[in-house]
Amino acid sequence: MRWGLDGVTVRFGSRVALADVTVPAEPSAVTVVVGGDGAGKSTCLRSLVGLVRPDEGRVSRPPKTRIGYVPATGGLYPDLTVAENLAFAVSSYGVRGADVGAMLDRIGLAGARDRLGGRLSGGMQRKLSVGLALIHGPDLLVLDEPTTGVDPVSRMELWRLVSGAAAGGTAVVVATTYVNEAERGTRAVLLDDGRVLADGSAADIAAGVPGAVGRRRARDGVSPGGEWWRRGAGWRVWSPSGDLPEGTEAVRPDLHDAAIVAALAAERGTGGRSAGAKEE
Amino acid sequence: MLAQAQEVSVRFGSFTAVRAVNMTVGPGEVVGLLGANGAGKTTLIRVLLGLLRPSAGRARLFGARPSLETRRSVGYVPQTLGLYSDLTVRENWSFAASAFGRAGTRVPADLRPWEDDLVGGLSLGVARRVAFAVALSHEPKLFVLDEPTSGVGPLGAARLWQEIRQAAEQGAGVLVTTHNMEEAEQCDRLYVMVAGRVEAEGAVAEVIGDRTVLEVRCADWMRAYQALDDHGFAVQAHGSVLRVPVPPGERDTVTGLLEHAGMDVTVRVRPAGLEEAFMAILGDGRAAHDPHGAQAGGSAHA
Repeated sequence: MRWGLDGVTVRFGSRVALADVTVPAEPSAVTVVVGGDGAGKSTCLRSLVGLVRPDEGRVSRPPKTRIGYVPATGGLYPDLTVAENLAFAVSSYGVRGADVGAMLDRIGLAGARDRLGGRLSGGMQRKLSVGLALIHGPDLLVLDEPTTGVDPVSRMELWRLVSGAAAGGTAVVVATTYVNEAERGTRAVLLDDGRVLADGSAADIAAGVPGAVGRRRARDGVSPGGEWWRRGAGWRVWSPSGDLPEGTEAVRPDLHDAAIVAALAAERGTGGRSAGAKEE
Repeated sequence: MLAQAQEVSVRFGSFTAVRAVNMTVGPGEVVGLLGANGAGKTTLIRVLLGLLRPSAGRARLFGARPSLETRRSVGYVPQTLGLYSDLTVRENWSFAASAFGRAGTRVPADLRPWEDDLVGGLSLGVARRVAFAVALSHEPKLFVLDEPTSGVGPLGAARLWQEIRQAAEQGAGVLVTTHNMEEAEQCDRLYVMVAGRVEAEGAVAEVIGDRTVLEVRCADWMRAYQALDDHGFAVQAHGSVLRVPVPPGERDTVTGLLEHAGMDVTVRVRPAGLEEAFMAILGDGRAAHDPHGAQAGGSAHA
């Protein structure tokens, strides 16, 4: 592994924010860290860029000037225009040959170059902050929830920036709350309550579900045995032993099923923690 | 019908936010309203709730004109949840219960572990469950939910959907406004709004229709990505597999372009996903109604 977190544990007082978490960051690859609010995604990313010191484990990263980092909020100067934000980033990184005009085109904000950063829509702000993190051509790009709450058009554009950076050789680590965005990565790490629930490519995670997953129509309801959850109007059930309750049809689990099964398995492993127990 | 929009249009000065929209939400249904920012979703919701009068057409809630009275039977959960963050879960619950004349009821059993916690200190997943429980407490006939599961982990989201589905199975209608595709995929029917118009509607499979994308596999995906990007294709990488939102007829062009650059590629026609279909609908809608404002990467019709 070139860079990343290796068996990292982070404690804030008595609370364990990360427990033995490994997140690889390889050149030309995109690692997607997926989890809900409070899962530990931000702590992961902050450990990776050096803002949090782990209590255990190892972190490797390129020199600070070779990292581009966008926190979950902010990451730009609201009182500067779009072009001024980029020009300021160029001068503060001391990069030679950085082309503000080319970056404006790349992030799709050429038409908004003279607007104040603070006056942009949410999606445009995210694109600008990613542009600021990319302007010096970093070796490692770390983005904390760039697509949360962003509309689908900006979301596609943001992912194109991510893929473009990786295609150019950058190692990218992206945090998201959307499970389906795990498919965007060469690798995904599913986090919950500071622990890794599953990791690997999206296809590997889906293929690695233990036991069996089945489905049943809404009107047939649930029956004893297995763990049930809703999928659209119908039901899904997971049987750890592989024996599905009668009247269910076996399905090949997809990433969504896999993420839910991983969380259910972790709950069982910790003695049936109540749903969304008191975390961060 | 619980909620109905008939040819509803809303104009603000010279700007038309909603154009001749027809929409229904019936009992037991979970209906999704999907659109980009500025598509008119919020304006339409405000009309249905009776907060805004349409410039043309009409809105009906439970068969009547939306009013304070009909609004009592609506459970609305905004994205900001509408809870008091400096009150405890129990205090939020009692406050809402007394406002709806149902004082004295207890916090639902599954939320009692957090009864004495300040709402501001709860995880987002639990806070969303509290907000939904509060909305549910006055037994509304229609729920209007804005991104009800966003920010919540997969299992937490599944449990929220369980509660939403249970309400629907007991006869309520549910209208979910979202631009989260995972939420859209949970709905029975979708309305896709583009620039104030409903440009597509139906179950997820119907909205996707026969749209396709080209899937490109290549050992050197980075080079292939850059080549396609340089040629103006709105290519998307899913790991090392590339997806290009163009019609099947472009397959030879894409293959030729990459082979010409010395790459060994496999190009297949694949069904589009909901997000890809959404982008195509958006592109088609803009091209049809505003040819000058149309964006690249739109049309992916089979």
